[in-house]
Amino acid sequence: MTDQASAELKFRDPSRARELTRALAHVVRSLGRAPVSVMHVCGSHEQAIAKFGLRAAFPRELDVIMGPGCPVCITDVPEVDEAVVLAKQGVRIATYGDMLRVPGTVESLADTRAKGARVDVVYSVAHAVELARQSTDDVVFFASGFETTAVATAAVLLRDPPSNFSVLSAHKYIPPVMEIVAEMPETRVEGFLAAGHAATITGWGIFEPFVERHRLPVVVAGFEPLDILAGLVSLVDVIREGVPRVVNAYPRCVTREGNRAAQEKLWSVFRPVGGRWRGIAHVPNGNLRLKDEWGHFDARKRFDIDLSSLWDHAPATLTQECICGDIMAGISSPSDCRLFGIECVPEKPVGACMVSSEGTCKIWHQYGGHPDRMGVLA
Amino acid sequence: MCLGVPGRIVEIHGFAATVDFFGVRRTVRLDVVDEPVSAGDYILNHVGFAIRRIPEEEIGETLALYEQLLREAESDIMAADVRGEIEAGRKDTGGSE
Repeated sequence: MTDQASAELKFRDPSRARELTRALAHVVRSLGRAPVSVMHVCGSHEQAIAKFGLRAAFPRELDVIMGPGCPVCITDVPEVDEAVVLAKQGVRIATYGDMLRVPGTVESLADTRAKGARVDVVYSVAHAVELARQSTDDVVFFASGFETTAVATAAVLLRDPPSNFSVLSAHKYIPPVMEIVAEMPETRVEGFLAAGHAATITGWGIFEPFVERHRLPVVVAGFEPLDILAGLVSLVDVIREGVPRVVNAYPRCVTREGNRAAQEKLWSVFRPVGGRWRGIAHVPNGNLRLKDEWGHFDARKRFDIDLSSLWDHAPATLTQECICGDIMAGISSPSDCRLFGIECVPEKPVGACMVSSEGTCKIWHQYGGHPDRMGVLA
Repeated sequence: MCLGVPGRIVEIHGFAATVDFFGVRRTVRLDVVDEPVSAGDYILNHVGFAIRRIPEEEIGETLALYEQLLREAESDIMAADVRGEIEAGRKDTGGSE
């Protein structure tokens, strides 16, 4: 990045930035202990924090951890395997670009495509539907993403897609995994920073049951450096007060109710079911699957997907050393990984966190490996 | 990605619209937008769907972040994500890679 561009962005309101940085240091230090650990669950938040060197502006006592906020990264190996098996069976697969290189047990979709399978990268599920319309062959959309993205998948199913279109859902639902992180015995997380644009759809009220159950605060924040600083000030302030609640630090975009029409579409097509998130845990209600009445568009019901045909092959040994799961659970950071930046690099990723532009490892690798040690512009 | 990209509606046709994203025109679905929109309005786009109408008073502030990001180097992944969202599915490339 150019110094000028970052300076302009960071200091569009320099006095406000100074004020927030001071306020953050003050509120963190008023707790009188260290570290104070908070977690965000959004790849765009981590990108902004790393890109603008915000960790260097945080007080030393504050630890801001990226949790399981990368939908590509938490797509489980058997989910990738299902898509790989379908592609090997000759079914045409359409999926978002980041999904291509996510490792399965034996191979990724990119590997399968290199051997001649038909795998299309689409930007939108709407394009996958168009591919199906232009053909008589079956087109399976391998769907990844959190609830915000699942809304788009729901919307196309509600618009009468062609009968040769179906969905292999690897969609995930964020609130249940926050519960898992909160319940992990080794967790240090004292509060969550929630992603502003996802809350545009879900509303901030979605976090109230979580706060009630786990007595941990949640603050909804935007993506500009100043939004993130303001969100963190608010979050640590609620931790200091000791009365956990949801705070909307992004009121220009987010309401309590959110986008009701979008939520209705989401829940008319999907239901939450338990399932594994790669490397983390079984997450009750963490997976979004098509409801039974949408079974005719469910690739798992339409096709016989025989995973055992893949599983005779042993996984590569390097993959077993990958600590992506611990990183996404907030227990470890990329610098704790023996493979990070050595055997595992963006050009040759071992784990999913190095594949996606929203993965912690890829973000840290891009922005210098140790974002907390990056210099900030004074 | 969570960030989404803002664009200006050029024309509405049924439940989709032609939207201008920093000079690139794309089709965006309007199925899940939070309130009624018309030509000239700015929306926030996520995977080809408008998820939010951006109120007039916020347009300048919202666009500023993206204008900065688009001046960044090709290799910057945050900027690359934004460019990817803008370029992917542009009308003259037929919508997919």
